[in-house]
Amino acid sequence: MNKTLASLTLVGLLAACASTPKPAPVEEKPVDKPVAPVANTQPAKPVEAVKVDPLKDPSNILSKRGVYFDYDKYDIRADQQALVEAHGRYLAANPGRSVRVEGNADERGSREYNLALGQKRAEAVRKALTVVGAQEKQIEATSNGEEKPRATGHDEASYAENRRADVVYDGE
Amino acid sequence: MALASLLGMVTLARADVTIEVTGTGARQLPVAIAAMAGEAGLKEPLTAVIRSDLEGSGRFRLVETGNTPLVEVPAAGELNGWKGRGADALSTGTVRVDADGSIQVRLRLFDTLTQKPLAGFELRAKAGETRRAAHQLADLIYEALTGEKGVFSTRIAYVLKQGKRYELQVADADGHNAQTVIGSNEPIMSPTWSLDGNQLAYVSFERKKPIVFVQDVYTGGRRAVAAFKGSNSAPAFSADGRSLAVTLTIDGISQLYMVDVAGGAPRRLTRSNSIDTEPAFSPDGKTIAFTSDRGGSPQIYTMPSGGGEPQRLTFEGPYNVSPSFSPDGKSLTFIRRENGRFVVATMDLASRQSLTLTSGSDESPSFAPNGKLILFASEAGGRGVLATVSSDGQYKQRLSASGDAREPAWGPYAGQIAVSRLSSNP
Repeated sequence: MNKTLASLTLVGLLAACASTPKPAPVEEKPVDKPVAPVANTQPAKPVEAVKVDPLKDPSNILSKRGVYFDYDKYDIRADQQALVEAHGRYLAANPGRSVRVEGNADERGSREYNLALGQKRAEAVRKALTVVGAQEKQIEATSNGEEKPRATGHDEASYAENRRADVVYDGE
Repeated sequence: MALASLLGMVTLARADVTIEVTGTGARQLPVAIAAMAGEAGLKEPLTAVIRSDLEGSGRFRLVETGNTPLVEVPAAGELNGWKGRGADALSTGTVRVDADGSIQVRLRLFDTLTQKPLAGFELRAKAGETRRAAHQLADLIYEALTGEKGVFSTRIAYVLKQGKRYELQVADADGHNAQTVIGSNEPIMSPTWSLDGNQLAYVSFERKKPIVFVQDVYTGGRRAVAAFKGSNSAPAFSADGRSLAVTLTIDGISQLYMVDVAGGAPRRLTRSNSIDTEPAFSPDGKTIAFTSDRGGSPQIYTMPSGGGEPQRLTFEGPYNVSPSFSPDGKSLTFIRRENGRFVVATMDLASRQSLTLTSGSDESPSFAPNGKLILFASEAGGRGVLATVSSDGQYKQRLSASGDAREPAWGPYAGQIAVSRLSSNP
């Protein structure tokens, strides 16, 4: 169980900040291939296109990494399916990329059993990624159990936030 | 343990820990622990540690003796006088400090009612071992007066979280002498002792996922013994200390495996489509207890450690986890959810009778090596604290450190100083 943050001590606040994910910075990367200029428009100036990394583009579903689960459930929820499939297809199209799927659990009960529950969530996401074409070697399913809670409250809203598996790309 | 009050609820702050007696059992035996002759020459306290251990156990009430040493063998009349001052037993002693800093201690224990000697001990301790010598003498007094082995000279391991920092610490059973075994900015969990007390196994997230390490407590040398694909967790040393039962996920769901401390391929122990985790060896090494949700809810099962069909042990309630054997192998302590709270319970393995010892919210119970106390993680004021409860549930203590303490594990008897018994007729 997380016992750190029931009272908002300074130490507790620091820990809470540390466990809050940073907003993904929008980085621009050079594209692999220049985008072909649209026909019949300004032929004098070919566009030096710069593409936003889809994994970091807030308008792209791939920038979302958290797959949420229902209480005591370990199958991919209908409303999480699109997100999981998008990452699966991205991995299939980018065989050089790999991910660690990190399962999480709420703080109630045994730390080791919660590690196993988080693993079950990560494993469900791993399987779903392979269904749409990601390779086994691109994915490792691991668990944080209750050790790295994003939400540190002791209420249902926090527990629901922590019933989650995150898709973490190599280098992140 | 620290000086709990005579009335049971006063705490005494120390450099590293605070111990609070939160519930006392039956009668406390009044004892007088006299200062020892020659103690002035010591660099570390001796009598004070013995007194603190005995009083902190909750089984004794200290009768004031002052700081003047008594003669080692008091006359009958003097013993009668201590009886008059309310002490049922009196200890006296002599310390000699040698040129190399080592000490020689003699301690005698008397029954003031019969005015007869009860026991006498002599030991020689190296420089810097004074505190350990004191804990062992307290163990011997405890045993002479209660008939049970003391555990003051044993050690505990636990994880302390301070801000973002995690430290695996080892301390004397009274929380003193805390030393950091390993520190990390990533979580550390599930420390467990080898039977000889020389090694700790634990789970560290330092490589961004759970990996099982084994570390020598004395040299600090460590190695990753389970770093397979997926999660590696829940280590438990086999009786010979050469292998570990662990939970691995190399085949998908969490299952039990054996791995050699020296390395090599894991051997699968359980084959289920459900979570199997938290293995614990019986003291004779023949049985493994573990948590599994194969029956639809997390429950405790046992199986032969060589492999074989698991038998379900717990049926009461929807959640029974974290089993750990008593030193005699006759009972288990575990965590049970009862009325929505996680409490420490025990089960007698022969009768299958269980007993709830605490009121929650508790985790990670383990027996003291005398089988009389159970150490566990609890909560107080929104922080993680360590606590003990006697195996009959009567006596409770809380040990809080400056941080969030969790995941305690009580170590075995280890590294004892040789003690000789003095003739009972000096």
